[in-house]
Parts: sequence; C-alpha cells; structure tokens
Amino acid sequence: MFLYRAAPTLSPVEYMVRSHRLRWPELLPWLAILAAFFAFPSYLALGAQVMIMVLFALSLDLVLGYAGIVTLGHSAFFGVGAYTAGILAAHGWGEPISGLVVGGAVAGAVGLVTGLIILRTRGLTLLMLTLAVVSMLGEAANKAGWLTGGADGLQGITLDPLLGLFHFDLFGRTAYVYCALVLLAGWMFVRRLVHAPFGRSLTGMRENTARMHAIGAPVRQRLVTVYAIAAALAGVAGALQAQTTQFVGLNVLSFELSGAVLIMLIFGGVGRLYGAFVGAPIYMVAQDALSRLDPEYWFFWVGLLLVVTVMFARGGILGVVDQIRRKVMR
Amino acid sequence: MTSALETRGLRKSFGAMVVTSGVDFRLAPGARHALIGPNGAGKTTFINLITGRLTPSAGSIHLAGEDVTALPQSARVKRGLGRTFQINTLFSNLTVLENVTMAVSERLGRGGDKFRFAGSRRDIVEEAYELLIRLRLAEDALRPVREIAYGRQRLVEMAIALGLKPRVLLLDEPAAGVPSAETAVILEVMEALPADMAVLIIEHDMDLVLRFAKTITVLVRGAVLTEGAPAEILADPRVREIYLGEGHHG
Amino acid sequence: MHEFISALVSILFHGLAYAMILYVVSVGLSVTMGLMGFANLAHGVFAMAGGYVAVSLMNGLGLHFPSAVALAVLAVAAASVVLERLLYARLYGAGEIEQVLFTIGLIFISIAAAKFAFGPTQQQLVLPEALRGEVEVAGRMFPTYRAFIIVVGAAIALGLWLGLERSQFGARVRAAVDNRRMARSVGIDTNLLFSLTFALGSGLAALGGALGGELLTIHPNYAIEHLVYFLTVVAVGGLGSIRGPFLAAVLLGVGDTACKYLLPDIGAFFIYFALFALLLWRPAGLFGRA
Repeated sequence: MFLYRAAPTLSPVEYMVRSHRLRWPELLPWLAILAAFFAFPSYLALGAQVMIMVLFALSLDLVLGYAGIVTLGHSAFFGVGAYTAGILAAHGWGEPISGLVVGGAVAGAVGLVTGLIILRTRGLTLLMLTLAVVSMLGEAANKAGWLTGGADGLQGITLDPLLGLFHFDLFGRTAYVYCALVLLAGWMFVRRLVHAPFGRSLTGMRENTARMHAIGAPVRQRLVTVYAIAAALAGVAGALQAQTTQFVGLNVLSFELSGAVLIMLIFGGVGRLYGAFVGAPIYMVAQDALSRLDPEYWFFWVGLLLVVTVMFARGGILGVVDQIRRKVMR
Repeated sequence: MTSALETRGLRKSFGAMVVTSGVDFRLAPGARHALIGPNGAGKTTFINLITGRLTPSAGSIHLAGEDVTALPQSARVKRGLGRTFQINTLFSNLTVLENVTMAVSERLGRGGDKFRFAGSRRDIVEEAYELLIRLRLAEDALRPVREIAYGRQRLVEMAIALGLKPRVLLLDEPAAGVPSAETAVILEVMEALPADMAVLIIEHDMDLVLRFAKTITVLVRGAVLTEGAPAEILADPRVREIYLGEGHHG
Repeated sequence: MHEFISALVSILFHGLAYAMILYVVSVGLSVTMGLMGFANLAHGVFAMAGGYVAVSLMNGLGLHFPSAVALAVLAVAAASVVLERLLYARLYGAGEIEQVLFTIGLIFISIAAAKFAFGPTQQQLVLPEALRGEVEVAGRMFPTYRAFIIVVGAAIALGLWLGLERSQFGARVRAAVDNRRMARSVGIDTNLLFSLTFALGSGLAALGGALGGELLTIHPNYAIEHLVYFLTVVAVGGLGSIRGPFLAAVLLGVGDTACKYLLPDIGAFFIYFALFALLLWRPAGLFGRA
C-alpha cells in the first residue's frame, strides 16, 4: 500500500515493524494550524470551523475509507453530538469538556444501536438505510421543538470558561485553540487505531470480506464497532460546533451535510488519514469565498467539481499528488 | 478415533435444486484426502458448507467431535479449520507480507487490538515472514498482491491458510489456473505440510491428486459415489465412466 | 361509525393517489438500479425536470396539460439518454462510492440550475378544468385530480407489468439483469438496452413529476427532499422488480397518509419504522433476489 512503496533497504520484517512510525509530512497540518493562528487573527472563527470539519471528515474516513461502508448518513452523529452538547449548555451545563464527552458518548450510542440494525444489510439497501437514519433524526429534531428549538434552531447556549480559566472570547482565540487541541487528540486516536491490528483488519474487510471471514475475523462485530467509534468522533465534532458557534440548526441533521463531508473527504483522498486535512480546509475556504460572491450557486460549483473529480481524479487531491510523485520518482 | 472433520447427512438445496444430498463424510486426523468429481458435482458447495459460508438445509458438521453446524465461520476457524479458495480471494492492494500477517494476527486473537501498533508485535510479523520464506514468497514480501503473477498469488492463498495453523485444511483447487510448470512448487508445499494436519483437497489435476492423496472420495451430483484408496478408485468402472472417461477436466 | 368509515375511505383514496406518484417516479429507479447496478441518487432530478418542463410549457407556450406533460416526458427521456451515454455509462463498472458522489454532484447542479432558471419558490401546476372539482364514485365525492392520478398510475403499473413481464423487450431486460455477459453473448445489445431502459425510467420519473406536481411540489430541492421516499420504495420493493415497487408504494403511500392523518405528531415516522422493520425481515425487499 501507500505506506510501503519507497524502495526499502530494510528487511521486510523491519520495514513492516516500522510502518507506523511518524514521518515528517504528518506534522505539516499541525504547523499549518499553528501558523494560521498568528497569520490570520481575524479568521480564527473560520479556522475553528475548518478544524471541526476536519475532525468530522476524519471520522468519516474510518467508516468509508478504511472499513469501506458507504454512508449518506454520517451527519446523523454530528447532529446528535451537536444537539446533545447544545441542549446541555442551554440548560445550564456549560462546562465545555464534559459537554463534549457526553455529546460524543450519546452519538456513539446512537451509532452502536443503528449500526447493529443497518449493518445487517449491504450495498444499495445499506446506503438507503444510512440516509433513512439521518432523515428520521432530522424529522425528530424538527418535531421536538420544545427541546431543540425546531426550525428556529437551538439558542441560548452559554459556555463556562475552558478549564475554568479561559473565557471564550469575541475573537475566537480560545475556541480556535480548543478546537485545535480536540482535533489533535482525535487525530492521535484515529492514527493509532488505523495502525493497530483493528485498523488493518478494517482495510482487510474493505478489500475482501470473504477472506476476512475465512481467517476467522468477526466481521460484523468489527464493522459495528468502527461504526460506533466513528459516530462518537463525529458526535464530538458536532458538539464542538455547537459550543463554538453557540447555535444548533436543523441543517446539522441533513443529507446536505452528509454530502458535504463526503465531498470534503473525497476531494482530499479517501482511506489515507490525511485526506480530511486537505479536503476540509479547501472546501470550507472555497465555500466561504465563493458563497460570498455568489451564495446561490455554491451548490453548482460543488456539484460540477464533484462530477469532474469522479470522472478524472478518483483518488482525490492526495491521490493525484501520489500519482505525480510516482511518475517523478520513476 | 474421533474424525478431524465429519459430516452427517449433509444436505443443501437452493429452491428445488439439490446441490448436496445427504453426504456422510469423514476426514481422519492427518489425512491426505482428495474430493473429486465432474464439474457441478457440488464440491465447492461442500467446502462452503463445512466452513460455514453456506448454511446447510439439513445434516450436521463436526470438527474433532464437536458439532459446529450452528457456529459462524469465525468460530470454526478458531477451532482449527482453514481453507483456500478456488478463485484467489486476497487483499489485493495489500502487500504479500501484510496478507499473511493479517491471518497470523487473527489466529493469535490480536486482530481486534485497537491501541497498540500492529508493528509492535514483531513476533507476528516474523512468523508471517517465515511462512513466506517456506513458500518461496520472501522476495515478493513487500509487493502488493495484485502485482505478482497468478501462480504466486495461489501460493499466497496457501500461506494465508497456513498462517492460521489449521488442524483441518481445505484446499479448493490449489493448482487451478497455475501453469503446469509451476504446479511442482505447490505440490512441494503440500507435501511439506505437517503430518498431523488433516488435508482435504479438491482438484481436477489427476496427476496432482494421485501423487498427494491416500484416500479419494468421488462426488457426483451432490452425493458420494464411492470412496477408497487411489488404486481402487482408478479401477472402479463407474468412476472411469463418469469422471475419467471425459478426460482430466470435466 | 359512519364518520370512521368515511375517514378510512378518504385516507385510502388520498394514500393511493400519493402511492401512484411514488410508484411512477420510483419504478424506473428500481429497474435501473437492478439492471445496471447503478446507485442513481439523482433519479429525482428527472422527475423534477419533468415537472418544471411541463409547467413552463403550459405557462410559457400556453400548451394544454396533456400535451405539455407528454412533451415534458419526451424531452426528459431524450436528455437522460444523452446524460447516460456521456456520463453514466462511464461509471457502470465503478464502485458504489463513485456512483454516489457523481449523482450527488448531479443533484447539486440541478438545485442550482433550477434556482437559476425558475427561482427558489415552488411552481404551481395549473390543472385543466376537467381535472378540477370532484367526481362521484359509489355515492361519494372525490377530488377529480386524485382520481385521475390513481387511474393513470394503475394503468401504467398494468402496462409495465404486461410490457416487461410478457414482452420480448422485457425478456431481454430480465436476461440482462440476470446475467449481463450471457445476454451479450447471445447477441443482445446491452448498451442499447441500457439506454432504452434508462430513458424509460427517466421518462416515467418525468411523468410522475409532472402529473404529481400538486402532491410532490416542484421546487429546486425536489431531488433531495423526496429522495428517502423514492429509495424506500425501491429498497422495500426489491431491486430490479416491477411488482415490488408497486406493492411498496401502496404500502408506504397509504401507511404514510394514514399515520400522518391519524397521528399528526408522530405519523411522519411511520415510513422509517416500516422501512427498518421490513428490511430486517427481508433484507432484499419484498420481491428482491437474495
């Protein structure tokens, strides 16, 4: 795979034993996040949003890129996390970190329960069921206006200072750092997971389910597990968004958001761990710029780009970079 | 003595079509046993029933005396059942070493580990690499499976199954699609299998069957026609008519 | 008691009209998904296009309702073949994810295009005089438009059933569904077959979109808003089936209408419960192949 291409002078065993070691390009996103904090002080709110989407796309990469489950309903978990944290904070539980944890836990539980039901099916039926889950939750949030604010959105979210020390300031400095730290933790978690035997076995299931059965792997149990883990992570991202924007709207439980995160990941590159770090910023910044010029037709450009990507650049940006690198190295 | 593998009255039908009809079969510990029969005799279906890929319509399957009919595939593998596929069923974008490591890792119950790096278990990787050396695949260890020749991919099939250290090994046409010059390597690997491993092979290549098997079972239209030592089978006029009569490739 | 029966009849009637629109729009999706194995999330775009074209022909050119609908169906079917040959066909062998993304892309483009051409508000379908008002059936009064839709939908279902289950064309389509390579080897031009089937499916969607303009309102988000319903009909009915989606549409259309009417607070969830329950019971759908 991607990881082992550079011609090794090491023995194969040595090479594989070292495959999880950190390499310097993996630090680039963190340098960028650090640099952006100082370089764009007036765009910190956007920066925080970008990092939330990176985390969200990263969680999708686990499900889609590694385990190969095509889902149209990943926003369900983002939405559940957002509403959970938002409702807590609107009802006086303003402590951010516990809100984040509860948001993730509730989303993970929803992921576990729905995963147990829908992962019995495959293919188009599964695709449709993932969409049904998010539609159902969206409908529920809409109906339960007394709790969620319905179509007006959830308002009145107030947060306590982070760790009791840092107030969420008007410039979004605290929010930016908060998001960066949560993303860092999420990345370390996911990175460990995909380099662990569990993550390798996800790739195995994506590559060849029949073989995974034949070597004795409990396939469905692992699929449900990763689905729930990714749901929890998406829930954390949603909770972050609720906390930092102090608002939750029905759009967090929409097909459009599921589609958007799918697109971010595809643009960046699927199953590569870093596709999320490339795709989400580009998408978010482009959306910010283009919709300022032409808010109505943002969808048009995304749609067109999507069609072009599928037709001509299936591996996303990282895939194209990879191909170029391979050509240059030959 | 308990059979390594046994089926009793095993039956499978798809709608009105019966593909396995009441097969009683015993595989002795350490057996070198071949299952032959014309195309469509239900050989692969039989393997799929044993491994749990298919659910039988009736009858039972026993591994070392234990009834495993209701157990899922993974539980049967844990009880020492390994298989290869007639058509390569590999992780084609992963390297050869990764393919085999995956199997070893599952056998040791480490496949679900979440918080330790796969590479931190050097012993697992080393065991997989030893297997590659034994199967003469070492030079391809770091190449993605899709890039190596089909015949060598057949060896990866074997390596993955052996990584499970099975007590019962089912080989579904291990030499299918392999140029005849290369079948020698496969036979060599088969002959070097541990003596206490019970091996059941499905194969069309009669030369390979006769050189390897001590017992042959003939399956015709989903039922056992006869079973015996190779010489008896070759002498059986029914077998000659049904199977050998139409050449070595039915 | 009398009121109860009256409500029941009314639910059944409105539910059936809704079901027919769902069926006519979705049946093409069932066939294209079953035949080509293509996850065409953008199927609703063709229905929406049918609605827009029909409305524009009536308002802009002053065409009558029947001719406007017929022209819209033809136009959408023709346009869909162009799309199929130029774009869809290149993704037949591709993975599910590529097909999903490509069709999401089409949906997004359609939203923007519809907004650009027709504005963000919904389009009003002006019914001809003959379809307004009510008709009397068995001593009861029913809205003519809905009665008309039920009759048309049932006729189409019957026609498809006879046409696809009995005819030569149908036999070919089913052969290609079962085994594409085999169909090709006995001389069936699968490319042509796919194009024709695709055109038929999209044309039917356009018909459903145009006829059902009063029930499923025509607006830029049409393809997304009704996607769950179309997919549900297909999944519950079983991929590739003609009869399955009909039964599924009736079940969902009537069930949805009944639950929304009888239990306004939670009735909207009926479709989801029905969906999960049915697919847990039969993962391949009512008439699907396992």
